[in-house]
Amino acid sequence: MKHRIKVPHIFLAVILGVMYLPILVIVVYSLNGSKISTVWEGISFRWYRELFRDRSMREAVRNSLVLAGVSCVNAAVIGTMAAVGMRRISWKSKGIMAYFSTIPIMIPEIILGMVFMVFFSFLGLPFGMVTLVLAHTAFCIPYVFTMVRSRLVGMDRALEEAARDLGAGEGRVFFTVTLPLITPAIVSGMLLAFAMSFDDVVISIFVTGATTNTLPVKIYTQMKNGVSPEVNALSVVMLAGTGVVIGVSSLVRRKRMGE
Amino acid sequence: MKRRRSRAWLLVVPFYFYTIVFVILPLAYMVLLSFLQRAEIWGVTKEVTWDNYKNILEPIYLHTFAESLKLALICTALIALLGYPFGYFMAKLSKKWKSRVMILLMIPFWTSALIRMYGWIIIFRSNGLLDRLFMAIHLTEKPLRLLYTYPAVVVGMVYALLPFMILSVYSSVEKMDWSLVDAARDLGASPVYTFFTVTLKLTMPGFLSGIVLTFIPSMGLFFVADILGGNKIVLVGNLIQEQLMKARNWPFAAALSVVLMILTSLMLLLYRKVAGVKELEGLF
Repeated sequence: MKHRIKVPHIFLAVILGVMYLPILVIVVYSLNGSKISTVWEGISFRWYRELFRDRSMREAVRNSLVLAGVSCVNAAVIGTMAAVGMRRISWKSKGIMAYFSTIPIMIPEIILGMVFMVFFSFLGLPFGMVTLVLAHTAFCIPYVFTMVRSRLVGMDRALEEAARDLGAGEGRVFFTVTLPLITPAIVSGMLLAFAMSFDDVVISIFVTGATTNTLPVKIYTQMKNGVSPEVNALSVVMLAGTGVVIGVSSLVRRKRMGE
Repeated sequence: MKRRRSRAWLLVVPFYFYTIVFVILPLAYMVLLSFLQRAEIWGVTKEVTWDNYKNILEPIYLHTFAESLKLALICTALIALLGYPFGYFMAKLSKKWKSRVMILLMIPFWTSALIRMYGWIIIFRSNGLLDRLFMAIHLTEKPLRLLYTYPAVVVGMVYALLPFMILSVYSSVEKMDWSLVDAARDLGASPVYTFFTVTLKLTMPGFLSGIVLTFIPSMGLFFVADILGGNKIVLVGNLIQEQLMKARNWPFAAALSVVLMILTSLMLLLYRKVAGVKELEGLF
């Protein structure tokens, strides 16, 4: 059946078009051979070559990957354990604790950044990877926790009870029944947390040390100190990375819907 | 039965620990700090004082708060005007197109906000793409110098936060019971009347959560104002950053953050009252 093009479709297309405009502009300009980005000098991969040769850039990429990876794994462990455990305890404090744990993603990022900065310096922690991981884990936990918790709410408890009745121990029930059921939720939570951590500039600026640069922090400083065309190329590389993550997550989602 | 309960609590220990040590304690420390004074050379004095809060009442700082609120209101209104119809129309697409549009939405949403802002710099810059386009079609004769202006910041903010509104509205339209709309139509209500009395009411939680999700960050997105607004537009976020990094007056920065946090908490409280729900819709 052929759909008629109607006003709503045009509206959706225009908005999406505007959304992609800046991204498209960056991709095109990253291929510009000229050093002055207002002048077009024909297609070249010069900036990509310079980007891969730039050691500080490679280090920033590595830092960002390590930071996002460690933080989202931390969050996955702490968040999943908590979501599973909270279902089985009847402490009065659990509601309020769940609420407090989501504060890091509810308040403006700048407050979180400043809070961590003053708190870490009060504790006397050396600013660098350690403080970055501590701060990022704090805002990654709520993503995993909330996703896993809402998955558990919708889950049929009879399956676990059946396994128990058939004599499976607590650990066995978790690993053979519960965990497979909540894995898609854990993975989506982790992906979201990874993306948020990898993308974060505001909190990182406040808690990073003088020698540890993450990718967004580096881009931000470069953008403030006059732009180099390398940033265009770097942005395209990051875009490609984002595409891969989205691809993986939509596969996971499809799998979850297939259940 | 007893053994089951006795071990489950171990699972929540790391979570409790992390939340207490890295969320509650730092926040408490911020509140404490906001009542102290900066010491002459380094650190803070031990006297407790209201001075930082009194300081915020100075016209120049009050002005900054007013500016931030104004910008947040403008941005939120624009986002609502664009995002509601988008989410609504999107939810009415066929299943295949829905997931296509969703993926198209996710790519910019997951792309670094910084990078997307950078694209706008290229577009807005004096003699940049927009200027040259306007001059080519003879809309203007000379460069408009759009970068580092108020509209540029508004565009950047709207652009950065629009997806939150779209996803919130989309998820509540998606969940909506369309039979109610059909019933209203069958009983003779016009499409417009049905929309305002049925659809809009049913999708209100999503719409409101979209408003909260855009209003709160727009108060603190200092880097958008920084990058697209130059130094001309100073928001609360910029002020906090400046006090922390340049003036190194941490207690004052803490007091500013406390006020900003109270403002956002009021927003959330209001949202819960009006929408009658606990979780923000559409986020997960």
